[in-house]
Amino acid sequence: MTTAIAAAGVGTATRGGVEVRLESLQRRYAGVTALDGLNLTMAPGELVALLGPSGCGKTTALRLVAGLEQADGGRVVVGGEDVTGQPTNKRDVGMVFQAYSLFPHMTAWQNVAFGLQMRKVSPGQRRKRAGEMLELVGLSGFADRFAHQLSGGQQQRVALARALAIQPKVLLLDEPLSALDAKVRARLRDEIRRVQLEVGITTLFVTHDQEEALAIADRVGVMHSGRIEQLGPPTSIYSRPATPFVAEFVGLTNRLPGVVRRGSVEVRGASIPLVQPDAADGPAVALVRPEAVTIASDGAAATGPLVGTVIATAFLGATSRVTVDLGDVTVLAQLPTSEATAYPAGTRVRLALRPDPVLIARDEAKAERA
Amino acid sequence: MSRNRRLKLQVFRVVVFLVFGAFFLIPIGAMFEFSTRGNGDAPRTLVAWQTIFQTPDLVAAILASLALAVITSLGMLLLLVPTMIWVRLRLPSLSRIVEFLCLLPLTIPGIVLVAGLAPEYRWLSINVSESILTLAFVYLVLVLPYTYRTLHTGLAAIDVKTLSEAARSLGAGWATVMGRIIVPNMWSALLNASLLSVAVVLGEFTIANLLNYVNLQVSIFLVGKANGAVSIAVAVASLMFAFLLLVILSFFGRPRARVARLEEA
Repeated sequence: MTTAIAAAGVGTATRGGVEVRLESLQRRYAGVTALDGLNLTMAPGELVALLGPSGCGKTTALRLVAGLEQADGGRVVVGGEDVTGQPTNKRDVGMVFQAYSLFPHMTAWQNVAFGLQMRKVSPGQRRKRAGEMLELVGLSGFADRFAHQLSGGQQQRVALARALAIQPKVLLLDEPLSALDAKVRARLRDEIRRVQLEVGITTLFVTHDQEEALAIADRVGVMHSGRIEQLGPPTSIYSRPATPFVAEFVGLTNRLPGVVRRGSVEVRGASIPLVQPDAADGPAVALVRPEAVTIASDGAAATGPLVGTVIATAFLGATSRVTVDLGDVTVLAQLPTSEATAYPAGTRVRLALRPDPVLIARDEAKAERA
Repeated sequence: MSRNRRLKLQVFRVVVFLVFGAFFLIPIGAMFEFSTRGNGDAPRTLVAWQTIFQTPDLVAAILASLALAVITSLGMLLLLVPTMIWVRLRLPSLSRIVEFLCLLPLTIPGIVLVAGLAPEYRWLSINVSESILTLAFVYLVLVLPYTYRTLHTGLAAIDVKTLSEAARSLGAGWATVMGRIIVPNMWSALLNASLLSVAVVLGEFTIANLLNYVNLQVSIFLVGKANGAVSIAVAVASLMFAFLLLVILSFFGRPRARVARLEEA
């Protein structure tokens, strides 16, 4: 490792990304399956976000790559080398944690230099490289500050510099933004992406925040019950979810009961094509995105299955989310704010469902009927 | 907080400080007064204090107790700190058992401990050493309940798991994690635990006396039979020593008092 750093040269930002493969990873805790044969291949320099609810196994996957936990089965291959049995300190991974993890008794630069010292890099080079890393994250003026003298965002940036200073083969980010407030979170998210692209390091990013995952990643893997349900670019995850779970977890979804007939689903008098046209006929719940719902104002005198009353409007900036009560179900419609202001609470409106292909859920349909 | 309430709180603080100050200082003052009292109408004298250094047995006992305090403190730190860190990081299921074992000596009276340990010490004195320093073994057990709690609090104050995982991911081995990352961040707890060990060892009488060793307290007792003023002078000196340790502790235990020893080259 010392040689690797020396060879790469202190002045260079990175040694380049490597391919990372997770092959059939298994992990169980006291009878509970955390990872159920997880497979994932990350291209060199790629940023993959693992997204999922608590307990889906995303953090376990990351900890197995880091070597902080041992797999019950499967392999972790980094840059063509099987590292499954290697201890953490021999794995050559950089990691940023959810909790603030700067060593409290060290200054920012000492934190960044720590990993280099462990690799027996000479003091002069340590100081130089630590300085470069702090500059990379925009904190060169904070080198002599202790963790308690830095804000949460600054601490995480130093942690990022510390993780990158050792020129690891892979960078692991374990919900590094979740302890920060919304504004800092958005800024640091962009900062992480900028640094990752600049360094070109293969990065695994774990989060439960869909906005974060969709904004930062080259590809997003949506996890559920220890497996990746869908892996793909953010746009396809959002617009072409492969399963009802992905559709409901990523973005908001209206759940509208309907009936499947010959490749489309009839929902409250509207016929919408299905993503899977070969679905069997019968009752189902259509999963309709709020942006596929439009509003017409001619509902005052009208009746019908898609006529209802606006009960709330949430201002989101350029768009607003209007909640409409149809009597037996409430429906969310996402509209440009300029349009949504025409429908204050109490307005009778008629909804229309855009005929974008939708997914259906079957089990929930039975449950709702019961 | 209103000005009136702040004033009341300030008065309460001063009253508490004075009451507790008096509670501690009046007996010590009385002891000092007694130890410097002359015979009959004779003026005050420091003869009793000077006699301490002219009583070889007493000096030997003081030195032995100080050596015992140092050995016990170091032994306790070497035994307990790595154990507690390891249990916290790798074997959390054992934490209850370790806690139980560490607190157990608190529930066993000294006389019972001696009854159990007497045969061991008989064997030790025949086969290993008759030195009073062998008392460090039993003192190590004796200080466990006090030091366990202090170290436990110190460990709870830092995120041991995250810090150690961060250090491991940067290439540190377990020894480095403990020595360079965890220990420097629980410095105050280590000092507290050491002080408690010293206080317990310097104040211990029962076990040493029953096992026929002459430590500081046994020596004070013996000297007191012949010369009350000298024994009181030694008692005051040992109390002042503990007080001095507390002052040192409060000085070193301040946050940020310790700065990393990472090279500044």
